[in-house]
Amino acid sequence: MNALLWMLLDLLLAAMLLGLGWAAVATRDLKRGVALFIAFGLLLALAWARLRAPDLALAEAAIGAGIAGALLLAALRSEPQGGQPAAVPSRVFLLTLNLFSVLLAVTVAWALLSALAMGDSVRLAQPVTEHLSQSGVSNPVTAVLLNFRAYDTLLELAVILSAVLGVLALGPARPGYRLPGPVLYGLIRWLVPLLIVTGGYLLWVGAHAPGGAFQAGATLAAAAVLLRLGGVDGAGLPAAVVSRWLLAAGLLAFLAVGLLVTAFGYGFVQYPPDLAAGLILVIESAATLSIAVALALAYIGGWPSRRAQSGSLHTHTTEGGTH
Amino acid sequence: MIDVVAVGLICIGIGFFAAGSIGLLRLPDLHSRLHALTKADNLGLGLVALGIALVTGSLVIALKLILIWLLVLAASAASANLIARHALDRREQP
Repeated sequence: MNALLWMLLDLLLAAMLLGLGWAAVATRDLKRGVALFIAFGLLLALAWARLRAPDLALAEAAIGAGIAGALLLAALRSEPQGGQPAAVPSRVFLLTLNLFSVLLAVTVAWALLSALAMGDSVRLAQPVTEHLSQSGVSNPVTAVLLNFRAYDTLLELAVILSAVLGVLALGPARPGYRLPGPVLYGLIRWLVPLLIVTGGYLLWVGAHAPGGAFQAGATLAAAAVLLRLGGVDGAGLPAAVVSRWLLAAGLLAFLAVGLLVTAFGYGFVQYPPDLAAGLILVIESAATLSIAVALALAYIGGWPSRRAQSGSLHTHTTEGGTH
Repeated sequence: MIDVVAVGLICIGIGFFAAGSIGLLRLPDLHSRLHALTKADNLGLGLVALGIALVTGSLVIALKLILIWLLVLAASAASANLIARHALDRREQP
C-alpha cells in the first residue's frame, strides 16, 4: 500500500517534470519560459531527493533553480519590454533538433537498460565505500568530488573561472536596482546574515553530510543577489583587488595543495590519508569563496562601479532618504 | 491520539492550500488573488508543518520545520508586497 502511494507520487512528479519541461521550451513568451524553468528546477530537486541524492537536490535547488533562474531573469531585464518573443525556428532546424532528441533518448534508454541489466557486478559505489576511511571525510559524495575524483572538480573550478572571465570581458556591469521599500529592506536585513551562516554551515557539514563548496558558494551568491536587488550595486563584494584574488582562490588553493603533496612523494592531488581532512577543508573553503564571487559577478554582469563597492546596505538607504 | 491530531492538522492545512489555489485561479484581479494566495497558503503550510512536527516526535526536527515556516512566511509576505507595489506603480503611471 505504502509502496504504491510512493510510486503514484513518483509518477506524478515525473509527469509534472515532463509537462513543465515541455511548457518551458514550447512557450514563446520568454518571461513565462523562465518562470516555468525555475519551477522545473524546484521539482527536479524534489526528484533528486526522492532518488536519495540529497547533495544533488541541494545543488539543483540552489544553482539550477535559484542562481540560474536569477541569471536568466537578469538577462531578460536588459531586454526592452522584458524581451522579444522567442523566434520561430526554421523547419530544417526543428527537424535536426528532433533527430538529435530521438538519438539522445535512445542513448539514455540504452544506458539505463544496460545499467539495470548489470546486476550485482562491481559498481563504483563499492570501491568508494571501501576506501571511504582513507579519504579524510565521511560523506561519500565529498570524498569522490574532493579526493577520489579531485581532477574533475579542479577542472570544474577552472571552467567556472573562465566562464566568469568571459562575462567580465563583455563590458561594464548593468545598472543596479533602485532602493527597496521598507518591507524588502527588512527582509534583506534578516536574510543576508542568515544566508551567510547557512553557507558556512553547508561548507562545514559537507565533510560528513550533504553539503559542500558548491552549495555553500551558491548560498553566499544568493545573499549577494539579494543585496543587489536591494539597491546595493556592489552586492556586498569586497574591493575589486580582493575580489580578483577570491575569484581565483579556489583554483589556486587546489593547485597549490595538489602540487605541494607531490613534493612529498605523492601523486598530484593524492593526499596523505592523515592530512586529507584538513587539506580538503582548505580547498573547499577557498572554492566556496571563489564560487560565491564568480556567481555574484555573473549575476551583476561585470565589475560593479568603484563608488558602488564601498557602499553598504545601510549607507545606501540613509543616502536614499527615509522610507 | 497524536497521529489523529497530526493527520487532522495536515488535512485542514491541505484544505487551506486548495482554497488558496482555487482563489488564485478564480478570483478576478491581481490584488484579490494575492490576498487569497498568501493568507491561505501561509496558514496551510503552518498547519501542515505542525502536523508533520507532531508525527516526527523529535524536538530538533519540529524546530527546523517551524523555522522553515517562518522563513516562508517572511519571504511570501515580502514578495506579495513587492508584486502589489509593482502593480500599484504601474496603475499610477499609465
